[in-house]
Amino acid sequence: MAATIEPGNLKTLVIGRQDAADLDAEHELPHELMTVNMGPSHPAMHGTVRIVLTVDGERIVKGDVQPGYLHRCFEKESEHATYTQVFPYTDRLNYVSPMINNCGWAMAVEKMMGITKDIPRRAEYVRVIVSEVSRITDHLTCVGASAMELGAFGPFLFFLKAREWLYTLLEEVSGARLTHTYVRVGGVVKDLPDGWMPKLLHRLDEISGVMVEVETLLNNNKIFRDRMAGIGAFSREETIRWGCTGPIARAAGVDYDVRKDHPYSVYPELEFDVPVGTTGDCLDRYLVRVEEIKQSMRILRQACAQIPDGPTMIDDPRCALPAKDAAYNTIESMIRHFKHIVDGIRVPPGEAYSFVEGGNGELGFFIVADGTGRPYKAYCRSPSFVHLATTQKLILGHLIADIVPIFGMINMIGGECDK
Amino acid sequence: MSQKVLDALKAKFGDAIIATESQHGDEVALVKREKLKDIATWLRDDAAMAFDMPVFCTCIDLLDWRPVKAPGTASSARPAWDPTGDGKSPRFEVCWQLRSVPHRHRIRLKVALHENDVKVPSLALLWLGFDWQERETFDMYGIDFQGHPDQRRIYLYDEFIGHPLRKDYPKEKRQPLVRRSDLVGDH
Repeated sequence: MAATIEPGNLKTLVIGRQDAADLDAEHELPHELMTVNMGPSHPAMHGTVRIVLTVDGERIVKGDVQPGYLHRCFEKESEHATYTQVFPYTDRLNYVSPMINNCGWAMAVEKMMGITKDIPRRAEYVRVIVSEVSRITDHLTCVGASAMELGAFGPFLFFLKAREWLYTLLEEVSGARLTHTYVRVGGVVKDLPDGWMPKLLHRLDEISGVMVEVETLLNNNKIFRDRMAGIGAFSREETIRWGCTGPIARAAGVDYDVRKDHPYSVYPELEFDVPVGTTGDCLDRYLVRVEEIKQSMRILRQACAQIPDGPTMIDDPRCALPAKDAAYNTIESMIRHFKHIVDGIRVPPGEAYSFVEGGNGELGFFIVADGTGRPYKAYCRSPSFVHLATTQKLILGHLIADIVPIFGMINMIGGECDK
Repeated sequence: MSQKVLDALKAKFGDAIIATESQHGDEVALVKREKLKDIATWLRDDAAMAFDMPVFCTCIDLLDWRPVKAPGTASSARPAWDPTGDGKSPRFEVCWQLRSVPHRHRIRLKVALHENDVKVPSLALLWLGFDWQERETFDMYGIDFQGHPDQRRIYLYDEFIGHPLRKDYPKEKRQPLVRRSDLVGDH
């Protein structure tokens, strides 16, 4: 290669051509279709998805999305576990908002036992509080990570700082930072610690400040808007036909939120709005998520003010463990405790589909019970899986670099998608 | 809640609806396999039904189905339906859950299949969201969706033998992926 690098020569070296004549304006570059692997080990693929791209230059002609690298047999394992033992598995579905998964599973089992209406009101409020905290952590992660993938590292650090505050609070509640296993069939495992809610309210005020900081950094940032606006747009009709729910559907104008459309728990008693977008592109998905964080904070403030006193576990021997002192001191309670742990909660035969509003959309559990303590079938309707299926459609015609914001705003959580 | 959907289905299709049930607020219709596509198309396109959103598709393997009556509850809520009329109970039930965004009602369509005949019409072209869901059901249960645009395994690799969520697939079974032709079929 020539040692002298002149301004005219530089371009030649950069694109790797030896002959300056190749750079003639009339000389066309070859444009065959090329196949490129993106992932499974790629920083923007969250480590778990492979996309086999067929590209024409930089433009995507076809994308074959291949999940499954994080498959851990949720359903097969659940069929061999008691209903209570499934809770740790649900933690590992959407590991950014495990509390919502816990609640979803508990509600599905309660629906089959017909005790949905008998859950103590304090337990319902505690579930709503931890679910909404989880929803905030989910959205903070999604928005922060997407901004970082577009080069905005500051918002990511701000949001992770805020997320860590909430994880610390959830750790105080459940004992674990990430895999909480806090909810049980019939209630929650223990009440909120003393003085927890004032701490939460204090953190919410601080997070409001963080939101202002991050929105100032992102909302009118030209680079951020250019990368997000008009990218990966989905029309309202397409969104519905693909079965999208959650922020992705709402960004496209589908006014569907399980908390409003099929109300569960104590959500009817709480006031909140469902943000809806118009264009269904990545920018709208971002704006919907940011607004949902604020609405979740609104729910939390109301719930902390309204939460009643009382028990946090149903008084029903079918699903509640006996009191510890009774289990240690009376033979009947000890046997009940033993049967409860070893045989599991006996759920009457039948089947039911129960769903909640997860961080990403409708998170459902379809259970078939055969009357024993273990589910005959436990199917998880994971929103990430449904949304990831749309990716191959969304990226068509876009540039390779656009996969990053599209994929970030789909917010595919590997554990939930691959089950 | 959606009992009127089941009534309308029975009025419209009569014999093609083998059985219906409402359980825990879920409406279920077991339909004949030959009529599934007609019923599904009607459910999607009729203005009073307008089931525009796919929710999930999965399969129930009834190989080990021996329900136990739980204490303090009514006996099995699950109907003993006999779709083929030959006295043999089917092994698989393929389920499609649908939702209507405008009307807010839901329904679960089911088709019962015998072990040696696992072909069923695909609904992936009616609702695009069922594309991956049916691929998952094919991968995990080995249900053959006729007319599916792209029926491949989705979670597992192509060399995998068997379908892991079937009840006769042992939980402890391991299948390491070794790409050597001389080892295929020797697990």
